[in-house]
Amino acid sequence: MTGLSKRFGAKVVLDGLDLTIAKGQSIVILGKSGTGKSVLLKHMIGLLTPDAGTVEVEGEDLWGASRSRRDEIRRRFGMSFQEGALFDSMSVGENIAFPLKRHTQMTPGEVRARVAECLSLVKLHGIEGKRPSELSGGMRRRVGFARAIALKPEVLLFDEPTTGLDPITTDVLARVMIDLRDRMNPTMVTITHDLKVAFEVAERVALLDRGKILVDLPPREFEASSDPGVRAFVQGDGSEDAESGLPAEAAV
Amino acid sequence: MGLLETVGRLALDALEFHGRCISLLGLTVRGLFRKPFDGRALATQVVRVGFDGLPVVLLTAVFTGAVLALQTYVGFKRFHAEAWVGSVVALSMLRELAPVLTGLMVTGRSGSAMAAEIGSMRVTEQIDALVSLATDPVQYLFVPRILAGIIVLPMLVVLANALGITGGYLVAVRLLGANPVVYVQNTFQFLSLNDLWSGLIKAGVFGFLLTLIGCQQGFDTTGGAEGVGRATTAAVVLGSLAILVSDFFLTKVLF
Repeated sequence: MTGLSKRFGAKVVLDGLDLTIAKGQSIVILGKSGTGKSVLLKHMIGLLTPDAGTVEVEGEDLWGASRSRRDEIRRRFGMSFQEGALFDSMSVGENIAFPLKRHTQMTPGEVRARVAECLSLVKLHGIEGKRPSELSGGMRRRVGFARAIALKPEVLLFDEPTTGLDPITTDVLARVMIDLRDRMNPTMVTITHDLKVAFEVAERVALLDRGKILVDLPPREFEASSDPGVRAFVQGDGSEDAESGLPAEAAV
Repeated sequence: MGLLETVGRLALDALEFHGRCISLLGLTVRGLFRKPFDGRALATQVVRVGFDGLPVVLLTAVFTGAVLALQTYVGFKRFHAEAWVGSVVALSMLRELAPVLTGLMVTGRSGSAMAAEIGSMRVTEQIDALVSLATDPVQYLFVPRILAGIIVLPMLVVLANALGITGGYLVAVRLLGANPVVYVQNTFQFLSLNDLWSGLIKAGVFGFLLTLIGCQQGFDTTGGAEGVGRATTAAVVLGSLAILVSDFFLTKVLF
């Protein structure tokens, strides 16, 4: 991503952001709530159009490409959404089978086998017939992971995969993510503000602040960084925001 | 200044709404000719809009025909023209009441449901999930619903015509004592095929408008649960207005 800028009304969310992610690398992007982490992730897969700047996938400009070409590029991505974003009119099995039925020539038997395989990769079994409303928050997200990996994508995007979950479920999800990383070796981008998860799954940790990548370091160096923004984030120090009167959270 | 501002804002909102509808319609037409065509989704929508909506539409039609016969009979009796009640009921149902009332009932039932369903999908990121799965959301959501509206509304109107005429017959003959043979004869004597066709064309247009507006309102939902509520209300209000306004112009063109 080069010079990426995005504003909503008067609020500048991304301000000339530059970020390059190597193939097969796992990067975690940290940042306070409302700093535009999800907006950044949505630009990577073309869910949002940048006001300025470019998003390139292996040198190909996502927004310079035709619509059908953009869809072809998207098939190389798998995205897991904050609350799972499962289609609630479908069962779990139908959710995971959705991309397989639309984009492959698999037979019904092959689709069923792939659905079961994806569920087992996220440590779930035999829940194909359940409705999303019957699942807990953690299970919904894991089913979201399973749907995201159905087409065996080269790039996996995780949007706040553990937010709002208890520590044990968070740990289960982190283990699933590490397992997916090790088995599939995808390029992985994770948006979170959970430091434990970040340090477990990342090869690089970046901090997003005021629309730019403030720091981009390997996990240990990030943790030891003396940058005031990193220190405030790692130590959970909100005194600067409180004194400036800025809201700690801003809806984006 | 305040008044000018309000008028200006309303004009801009109206232009934006029409522009958005035209733009989404363009994407829908393109989606119609792109693969894959989801026949199962179309069948689901046909059942939801048509079959599930049958009781409401048919009840509306039978009571409309009945009340029309009752009112017309009372009025026509004053100048001894009660023999023509059947003609008036049949003509009114075919040309005007069946398509318009069916359109309004389906807007309240299915247009609102479409806005609520698609609006919920928008606020829970399900539409983003569709895009991330390389699926065109307009093609996936709009095409089956709009096609179902265009196909199903004329079918419902044919049934509404039959039930409306039957309702009128029952009231006129059973309740008011009209001669059944004369009533039936007069019902069909002045009907032409054009009366039926024009009603069916109107129904197709209404089906198109109410589904397009229902889908558009849901698709452009913002602001969580409150936004879904607003979209649902707007789908009914704008859908109903579109039917009533277009009805005038269609009548002007078709007759």
